[in-house]
Amino acid sequence: MIKHKHQIIIVGGGIAGLSAALEAAQAGNDVAVVSKVPPLRSHSVAAQGGTAAALGNMEPDSWEWHFYDTVKGSDFLGDQDAQALFCKEAIETAYFLEHIGVPFSRGENGRILQRHFGGHYSDFGKGPYIKRSCLAADRIGQAIVYTLWGQCLRLRVKFYKEFLVTHILLQDEGCSGIMAWDIVRGEMHIFQGKLTLLATGGCARLFKISTNSAINTGDGMGMVLAAGLPLEDMEFIQFHPTALYPWGFLISEAVRGEGGHLLNQDGERFMRIYAPAKLELAPRDIVSRAIQGEIQAGRGIRGKPYVYLDITHLEDQLIKEKLPQIRQMVLKFAGIDPKKQPIPVAPAAHYTMGGIPINTNCEVLKNGKKTIVPRLFATGECACVSIHGANRLGTNSTMECAVFGRRAGKHMAKIGKKLDFLPLPQGQIKEGWEEINTLLNRTPKTSLAEIRETLEERMTQNCGILRDESSLKKQLELIHNLKTAYQEIGLKGMPKEYNLALQEVLELKHMLNLSEAIVRCALARKESRGAHYRTDFPTRDDKNWLKHTLIFEENGTYKLDYKPVVITRFEPEERQF
Amino acid sequence: MHKIFFIQRFSPAKDKRPYWQKYVLKCKPSWVVLDALEVIHSKDLSLAYRRACRHGICGACVININGINRLACETRLADLPDKIKIKPLPGFSIIRDLVVDLTPVYEHVEAIKPYLITKTKPPIKERLQLPSERKRLDGLYDCIFCGACTGACPTFWANQEFLGPTALIQACRFLMDSRDEAKEERKKSLRVQPGLWQCHSIFNCVEACPKGLNPFKAIVTLRKAILFE
Repeated sequence: MIKHKHQIIIVGGGIAGLSAALEAAQAGNDVAVVSKVPPLRSHSVAAQGGTAAALGNMEPDSWEWHFYDTVKGSDFLGDQDAQALFCKEAIETAYFLEHIGVPFSRGENGRILQRHFGGHYSDFGKGPYIKRSCLAADRIGQAIVYTLWGQCLRLRVKFYKEFLVTHILLQDEGCSGIMAWDIVRGEMHIFQGKLTLLATGGCARLFKISTNSAINTGDGMGMVLAAGLPLEDMEFIQFHPTALYPWGFLISEAVRGEGGHLLNQDGERFMRIYAPAKLELAPRDIVSRAIQGEIQAGRGIRGKPYVYLDITHLEDQLIKEKLPQIRQMVLKFAGIDPKKQPIPVAPAAHYTMGGIPINTNCEVLKNGKKTIVPRLFATGECACVSIHGANRLGTNSTMECAVFGRRAGKHMAKIGKKLDFLPLPQGQIKEGWEEINTLLNRTPKTSLAEIRETLEERMTQNCGILRDESSLKKQLELIHNLKTAYQEIGLKGMPKEYNLALQEVLELKHMLNLSEAIVRCALARKESRGAHYRTDFPTRDDKNWLKHTLIFEENGTYKLDYKPVVITRFEPEERQF
Repeated sequence: MHKIFFIQRFSPAKDKRPYWQKYVLKCKPSWVVLDALEVIHSKDLSLAYRRACRHGICGACVININGINRLACETRLADLPDKIKIKPLPGFSIIRDLVVDLTPVYEHVEAIKPYLITKTKPPIKERLQLPSERKRLDGLYDCIFCGACTGACPTFWANQEFLGPTALIQACRFLMDSRDEAKEERKKSLRVQPGLWQCHSIFNCVEACPKGLNPFKAIVTLRKAILFE
């Protein structure tokens, strides 16, 4: 095993990981980014429509309006201390991103261009939509990732590309580092660090129809769960309303922000029924359920499970300048020119609201509450701070990654200087290595792909936009069967270099455990809130369920706990749009 | 719809040289080449390739399909003939099967300093940039770093020190940015790096770019800037 030593180890090279790396390196630390794909292939590059900050470049705006929208968008399950901090810091963070080089689109006055997005309104939700999403055409993720990556190179951040992190090394004194598999060469590496940050992204790949990259298998969350630490609010999975049918590719909310309409088979703008005031720009959970409702009522296009997203009435030039990537994607895959024909869309799994519980310094919380796990941090989609609560607003995720990624980087830089390296836990390393070796030497008796596909298909079916007790119980039973089958997967005889199958088997382990966590949390929550909709409990129940779920795993047994929501300013109210 | 795939296989530990393996597959009309690779891989776990986003924005899955460098995730099977030959991206050393070592591309991009350099203190709010100034970055900042252009460049094949179109399009992106304050240093280093003057205007890069960008135009823009500005 090859050993490395760095002051700060960051797992994941998306916006969250790179923001942290940049801040920590700026403060003079020796920082290593370890990621299973080169940073420019991270899923953050897929973010399209923009990133949220109440800059007020186009019309008056305030962080407090953004705060209110984020609270209401989260269906009052977000922690308001974190939400307020986020909305305030989003403004300086947007300027920071501009200063380091993000190629934002510009208004005539030379300022960052902003546009409408779902869930973002003026005057504490009472006013009309507001232009709050800072855009770089429809490529905001790519623009931010490339800029952060370049600046990290300038500060000599060390990148370990195509290294799959397999275990976090955890002892009583805290996290001493990680184990990672060098995918290209097929070797095990040990990274010893004073501080470790997980910025490993979400797990929406658990679902068959998903906007997510193939790599979004929730590895960081899976490792944390396996280490006996809790995950928070895992039942809240966002389904994006508009993904290109039948592929599931993201069609940004920006398309609706620029004026796109949703139409059913009869050509009706059906959002008039579901959200009479905010229409297509209601929060995502509401729009996704509306589309699902139309499809189930037989009003999908030609009875099929999709509806139309129509932008044929928009100016050709606007489409080409502000939505160029989406136009190209629709042309390439569906063979449709969106100026001439409506785009076929359906909801797809998109985002993990829950994750590793952290405080606002991004320190991982041991019992999910106050006590921290020394030297272990998490940020971005894999973490839950919680600003998204039960439903995330569009454009809040890229900004969350930047705001909290920077906070993690700064905090690690501050405390790292006073620390020494912890000794590595040799027993854990031996165990971890044995796990990999067993897989590599086992003769296969079952198909890896079959297990994964069955899991993804049934998660969509049984634990999707609409859930109930019987579908969730069915899913739990299926997961147990798949976990038994998993023990029969073997990789004997695979070549050492670029063993894609090994990566997939290790990902599948996390996928199975995370699925069980999601289903158990969903089964327990007997109410409907945000993205979690129980057809057998269709209303929100603040009396019993205004609380965060925590789930722990130990030797295959799962245990639930709960903690209160932090409410500082806005009391829960009925959520109408 | 049946398609016959000939996929180039190579495992450095056991193969002396690459060889072709044939797979016959029943395919759906909506499938792209990546879908076919995933199905083949599900039955033959030893097949190695790269992939991530699946919709043409991450640049991971670039390979050579019937002689053209393309993204596997964006190439529809319906648009291809019945026989499909798949090779790794040419011009690079093969790690295994369809996976190549893109280190030269990364090194060259790093060599051109792919980051905004500013010396003056930034304002409290954003730096101003007019839409006309921002427009000069279009067709440059949207490069997805897949390497299709560099892998199609005969000059790069002959000389791995040649910066190549991927790095040069990045160089142009930063030289064109109205906010950058290191233009003279950039020009000075581009003058001496093996890049701008070695390009033989073969245009393979233009043809290869899956995003429809024009690296050659970027090279010409850089030459003009260095010679005349």
